[in-house]
Amino acid sequence: MALTNEQIQNKLTEKFGEQVTAFAEPYGMLTFEAPKELNLKVLQFLYDDATLQFRFLTDLQAVHYPNEKGRELAVVYHLHNLVDNVRIRFKVFTDINTPDIYTATQLYASANWMERETYDFYGVNFVGHPNLKRILNVDEMDYFPMRKEFPLEDQTRVDKDDEMFGRGGSVN
Amino acid sequence: MSRPVQFNITPKPVDYNGHISIVDAPEGHMGEGFFATKLNEVVGLARKNSIWPLPFATSCCGIEFMATAAAHYDLGRFGSERMAFTPRQCDLMMVMGTISKKMGPIVKQVYLQMAEPRWVMAVGACASSGGIFDSYSVLQGIDQVVPVDVYVPGCPPRPEAILDGLIKVQSLVGQESLRRRNSEHYQKLLDSYGIQ
Amino acid sequence: MSDVQNILLPEGSIEKKTVTLNLGPTHPATHGVFQNILEVDGERILSSESTVGYIHRAFEKIAERRPLYQITPLTDRLNYCSSPINNMGWHLTCEKLLGVKTPKRVDYLRIIIMELARISDHLICNSIIGVDTGAFTGFVYLMEYRELIYEIYEEICGSRLTTNIGRIGGFERNFTPVAWQKLEKFLKEYPRVLKEFENLFTRNRIFVDRTKGCGPISAERALNYGFTGPNLRASGVDYDVRVHTPYSSYEDFDFIVPIGTTGDAYDRYLVRNVEMWQSLSLIDQAYKKIQDIKGADAEVYHANVPEYYLPEKKDVYTSMEALIWHFKIIMGEIEMPKGEVYHSVEGANGELGFYLISDGGRAPYRLHFRRPCFIYYQAYEELIKGSMLSDAIVVMSSLNLIAGELDA
Repeated sequence: MALTNEQIQNKLTEKFGEQVTAFAEPYGMLTFEAPKELNLKVLQFLYDDATLQFRFLTDLQAVHYPNEKGRELAVVYHLHNLVDNVRIRFKVFTDINTPDIYTATQLYASANWMERETYDFYGVNFVGHPNLKRILNVDEMDYFPMRKEFPLEDQTRVDKDDEMFGRGGSVN
Repeated sequence: MSRPVQFNITPKPVDYNGHISIVDAPEGHMGEGFFATKLNEVVGLARKNSIWPLPFATSCCGIEFMATAAAHYDLGRFGSERMAFTPRQCDLMMVMGTISKKMGPIVKQVYLQMAEPRWVMAVGACASSGGIFDSYSVLQGIDQVVPVDVYVPGCPPRPEAILDGLIKVQSLVGQESLRRRNSEHYQKLLDSYGIQ
Repeated sequence: MSDVQNILLPEGSIEKKTVTLNLGPTHPATHGVFQNILEVDGERILSSESTVGYIHRAFEKIAERRPLYQITPLTDRLNYCSSPINNMGWHLTCEKLLGVKTPKRVDYLRIIIMELARISDHLICNSIIGVDTGAFTGFVYLMEYRELIYEIYEEICGSRLTTNIGRIGGFERNFTPVAWQKLEKFLKEYPRVLKEFENLFTRNRIFVDRTKGCGPISAERALNYGFTGPNLRASGVDYDVRVHTPYSSYEDFDFIVPIGTTGDAYDRYLVRNVEMWQSLSLIDQAYKKIQDIKGADAEVYHANVPEYYLPEKKDVYTSMEALIWHFKIIMGEIEMPKGEVYHSVEGANGELGFYLISDGGRAPYRLHFRRPCFIYYQAYEELIKGSMLSDAIVVMSSLNLIAGELDA
């Protein structure tokens, strides 16, 4: 009997009650969210439960919503049940001033570098991570580049003529 | 949109003796058993036909370099048979691919390890000027860290373009004066990059 | 005399029995720039630490600025050995978001291109395993056939390596008769060369001794590390996105998914080899299916979605709607519905996923690439622990690490 989104939703609400919220199914993939203190418990439950068996972490990354105060950074986990071929998406939201989230590295070894990448880009502090350093950017970088307030281009360049880029700069 | 097509669809018999090109001897005086010419022409001739490249391949242009070095567009027939991967033993550093800010000091380090005379070829748009990646982490052209002799544009450049770049380097090498590396002009160029 | 430069040894290094070796970012054996700092005792590796990020090009930040079409050239540069697969994956993600359904002929054409790209990537990987063990011949023989694949791409989209092939809803032009001729030539000649390559390597005593038992990984560890693709299949797990969640009409085709047993370098080589044969058979089947489509359907090369697919120039000059859509598409004002979508395709290295969040603007709000290389490279430290230095090189090349995809 194939596992349906309905069954997953029922099992989750049965176990966690009111704490798992915002169930939605954009393009067929069940998406839900939980408070950030429970992220490991939810992941462990999804891993251990005999019918759910979400034992493969497909993806882990973050999104920055600067307009939602108190919930600016979202960490999104994509999980996959290889036996029944079901995917779900699980989000936790955190405040930008205290972005501490428990690490998933004990459960999934693949979360190691994915969390380092998330830290590098957004500044999410994963509590308990064995080696939380910058991975893709230069080690001396002091800001988190993927946040919406930082620009794409390198601001220290002096050789760009803004006029040519349509930004109305100097005319020399 | 039909046009006459001439590709390897029907194989043609190979023409061995038609188009072999031989390098001309430099200008000079020939006599019975001797040949007199200028030293820098002979040295230039010898150097330009045996350039050993250092392929500094970072990304997609590196794959086009592999295609250039393979049998179809052979790089070895221009004298670049041995791709020495150590900078101490080669003449031409071909930087192929995007160089990020993390990689910049390493390009400089490898350049410093090369012995004079040395040339640098920037292959591809990313090495020449940052390419399509105008972002905070990409070095906008390797000429920010090392002096470059030839730029090959393209994203990625066709193997014929890389060969054209090599031929341009060859003409630079052939005409170079023997005293250039000690000249004041060259020292000023290196100083502007902070290289002793 | 010149003053003597004192070499300052780090603390405690004279007592240390091991050597710290830097398999640095520039090295002939690493295909791409990533660094491994190894602690070596003689020839045995005791531990290692990997550093990536030497080619970080900030794709995800760039993608937040660009409308959907302009992101396709970015996806090219992820796994640049098989860029059509990345392009098709991105177009499929956009089609899922925008709700575009492609006709069957387009799907079959896409399958031909994707399988050609898969062959071209496995070709490089297997011949480079040969080069890293010292056998240069296989590389030279096979690169010739990569040129044939490049000629086919050139005929369709104009460029060899970073193809930017296809559009949302199909292709930019129908495949010309020259492209079909070249495809037939490839299908006729390549099997013979692949057989010759197999004869050179598969039962070669030296190659087997070099690669067997080299960097094995069990299925449980591989799943925990997030392996996908040929590396996972070599460990014995038959997870292939083309079979699990078929996209682009893969369910109409008949192919097997090869799996290995121990997950060592030899198994990975064998799995990729069999996948190349399977890709050839898929291209054959797709070609026959396309030839069976007759009538008006045989000229179809894109879906009928004028708001996302650039209309033909003659329509732009005559019809008002086509003019408006042409303007909107070129200026990048495509209307995207709000929502988030995750779509994945079977790239040559594993599951290449695209997570796209759109807030209705002209550019994505967030685009994340699930890059298989980045995820399985974490296991490299575990794979080479205790093995010899030359085995570390063979493991690295058999994992098929492409630096562009590490975003490293």
